[in-house]
Amino acid sequence: MLKLKVNGKSRNFNGDPAMPLLWFLRDELSMTGTKFGCGMGLCGACTVHLNGEAARSCTTPMSEAAGKAVTTIEGLSPQANHPVQQAWKQCNVAQCGYCQSGQIMQACALLKATPKPTDQQIDQAMQGNICRCGTYQRIRTAIKVAAGVKA
Amino acid sequence: MIQVTRHSRRGFLGQMFSAGTFILGAGPLAKAAQAPAPWMPNVFVAIAPTGLVSIIAHRSEMGTGIRTALPMVLADELEADWKRVKIEQALGDTKYGSQNTDGSCSIRDFVDIIKESGASARLMLERAAAAKLGVPANEVEARNHEVVHTKSGKKLGFGELAALAAKQPVPKKEELTYKPASKYRYVGKDVAIIDQNDIVAGKGTFGMDARVPGMVYASIERSPVYGGKLKSFDDAAAKQVKGVEGTAVIDGFKPPHGFQALGGVAVIANSTWAAMQGRKKLKVEWESGPNATFDSAAFKKSLQETARVPQKMVRNLGNVDAAFAKAAKTVEAEYYVPMLSHAPMEPPVAVADFKDGKLTCWCPTQNPQAVQETVSAALGIKKEDVICHVTLLGGGFGRKSKPDYVAEAALLSKKLGKPVKVVWSREDDIRFDFYHTVAAMYMRASVDEAGKPTAWLHRSVFPSISSTFDQTSEYGFDVELGMGLVDTPWAIPNQRAENGPAKNHFRIGWMRAVANIYHAFGVHSFIDELAHQAGRDRVEYLLETIGADRKIDFAAEGTKFWNNGQPIEKFPFDTGRLKRVIQLAADKSGWANKKPTKGRALGIAAHRSFLTYVAAVVEVEIDDKGGIHIPRVDLAIDAGQIIHPDRVKSQFEGAAVFGASLALMGEITAGDGRIQQSNFHNYPVARINEAPMLTNVHIVQSDAPHSGVGEPGVPPIAPAIANAIFAATGKRIRELPIKKTKLV
Repeated sequence: MLKLKVNGKSRNFNGDPAMPLLWFLRDELSMTGTKFGCGMGLCGACTVHLNGEAARSCTTPMSEAAGKAVTTIEGLSPQANHPVQQAWKQCNVAQCGYCQSGQIMQACALLKATPKPTDQQIDQAMQGNICRCGTYQRIRTAIKVAAGVKA
Repeated sequence: MIQVTRHSRRGFLGQMFSAGTFILGAGPLAKAAQAPAPWMPNVFVAIAPTGLVSIIAHRSEMGTGIRTALPMVLADELEADWKRVKIEQALGDTKYGSQNTDGSCSIRDFVDIIKESGASARLMLERAAAAKLGVPANEVEARNHEVVHTKSGKKLGFGELAALAAKQPVPKKEELTYKPASKYRYVGKDVAIIDQNDIVAGKGTFGMDARVPGMVYASIERSPVYGGKLKSFDDAAAKQVKGVEGTAVIDGFKPPHGFQALGGVAVIANSTWAAMQGRKKLKVEWESGPNATFDSAAFKKSLQETARVPQKMVRNLGNVDAAFAKAAKTVEAEYYVPMLSHAPMEPPVAVADFKDGKLTCWCPTQNPQAVQETVSAALGIKKEDVICHVTLLGGGFGRKSKPDYVAEAALLSKKLGKPVKVVWSREDDIRFDFYHTVAAMYMRASVDEAGKPTAWLHRSVFPSISSTFDQTSEYGFDVELGMGLVDTPWAIPNQRAENGPAKNHFRIGWMRAVANIYHAFGVHSFIDELAHQAGRDRVEYLLETIGADRKIDFAAEGTKFWNNGQPIEKFPFDTGRLKRVIQLAADKSGWANKKPTKGRALGIAAHRSFLTYVAAVVEVEIDDKGGIHIPRVDLAIDAGQIIHPDRVKSQFEGAAVFGASLALMGEITAGDGRIQQSNFHNYPVARINEAPMLTNVHIVQSDAPHSGVGEPGVPPIAPAIANAIFAATGKRIRELPIKKTKLV
């Protein structure tokens, strides 16, 4: 049996250790904030934090998540008021919203590592997260708002 | 058209409390039964004795903000306080009129009826208040969720008036009054979209997130070649996969395919992952049929050959041949746009539950009534027995107008006797799309000594969307022809448009901006070529070729022009409005002062589509390695009156990215009848570092009727990028995607 922590809570898993974390979160824990977009780590919709680092849950097998602490969009802040979430609201970033959980999780990881990112650093960190609606310029602005740097 | 009439409480409650509930259970329904009855003056609004105003969103939310914008209009006209408004998503039901959320027409087609719904309910509340207070009706006024007696200052809340208002006769349309724009509380303001808090908290419910108790998961293997038939399959290994419960066959479609399920072998499991794993172990043999030899490169050649010879005339103004014959100079060019896939971030997905002869489904659909039609036909039940709950859509772009994936879930649920969730992988999405069609175009113009065009010929050849509904169809229909082919804005005396035949080898569908994508690319690249040949500033040349301000009378010249299905009197083709957006985009972009330099230049294109006028100025930078960067886009738009400026801007910001994706990198091809792309590594879409860095949207203040905003931003982007690249490098782009052309 595999053990891991999801948003601070201990969880057990008995199934196929090759199953990606994404499906454990979505199908077993019914935590659907983490999205399925490509299944190959190409779009970033499934981004969570694994021991504090951004990770693609669609290509992270349960065997790799075992023993680690997973944070999902649902666990990012108790009232969904993390500075990044607040910045997202302030900038009216979302259109359809499907990719935004992943975008927010990725942006949080970026700001943790690089509190005052430049445009190049934003490009570097966020280029794995696709938004088909094309909200990129607002994502960029929101990251800067959250970082307290000039947009 | 819908009438504002009384509606039974029963119908509304059933809908209201099931629409927002994705986990079936007694809880919410039991609670609803105890709640006091709301008053429902018409199908779009209900007022509860508590004062809670429920507004029905009957159009699908795929990111345009429509679930906020239309309810906002109703709340404003009702004088409701937005904080005390709850939005309920409608089930599929013809009582709302069309729910087909495509064609950029939600505001255009429904703003009047929604205003009427609000104004009618407001008048009934006011009359109820006047009666209760025993004062003349003209002494009361609805203000922010209350009706106020203006002389005494007495107030009655909407909640306490609801039961009394219910007894008022429904006012006649002539009795209604509408708020002046100066009194709007919400219209014209940037109200946050109602799903915003849920989205940033990861709590928005998309189709992918729908689930019902006892549900199983299905992953479906389909014929890799369009129209292929199942010969045999071996599911022994699939059934060995842990979690797999079995397999089920979905029969192939009967032509024309329409929105039917494609057919295939479904692996049923207790999780999405197990279903997908089981599917990998399936051994399936297909009879591939006549499309098994299809090859994109050969097909491209055949389309181009068709475009080089005279074809069916769809517009004929003056005498193009005579003009060509006597012209000092003619210019010709060919353009090509490949097939494209919608690739919404949420792949197609649906949950269906067949029980007691009825099918209930939860799905991200742009068109719940098409779900009812498609599913009822597939199951052999009545349309009314298909209950379609519309979730949030993780992108649509036209793909989710076609409910084949819902039909799959419905067929499987009926077969298995339990609720089924069908999940498409990204590979399924890219390989089994209703593709945006490939198009080949030939263009020729004659010019006088000054370089001014005297004749214009545009020949367009593409497999038509109509083939989805009639497999013998080989020509474009009015909708496609009226998207940039027959409706050029030019004041050129001789113009001809032709359309040649092309067979379909895939399901052809409509994607954001549809035929405008390739027609605008051809038309606005070619006019740029002519401007260059003439040695003229491209903005000046564009404005001169459009000519005098006028309303183009297509009927008078004998051209059949679709005009988005709208009367030309109400939505004329107004060249003055087109010129105004060109000038605005040029001014705002600093066109006059930004002369092209090596590796950096501006490009312009302007196009009317979905009754909206859009000009795009795109700035490109080409680096030493030929990499393309787009630091800035200026879009000037005239979409008539605007309800929600911020969502209008966001649609155009997004259109610039969507347009950049298809211009720079989008391409679907096939070999041996099989689609050669499968996921974002080989069907790339623009990422944050590839998309335009900044898109400025400049909205023309207009009193014209509301027109489209979701799609019209897309068409001018590709030609504007291509024209900018030419100005920066001297390389003319005549084929998309641009990545196929080496720039250095």
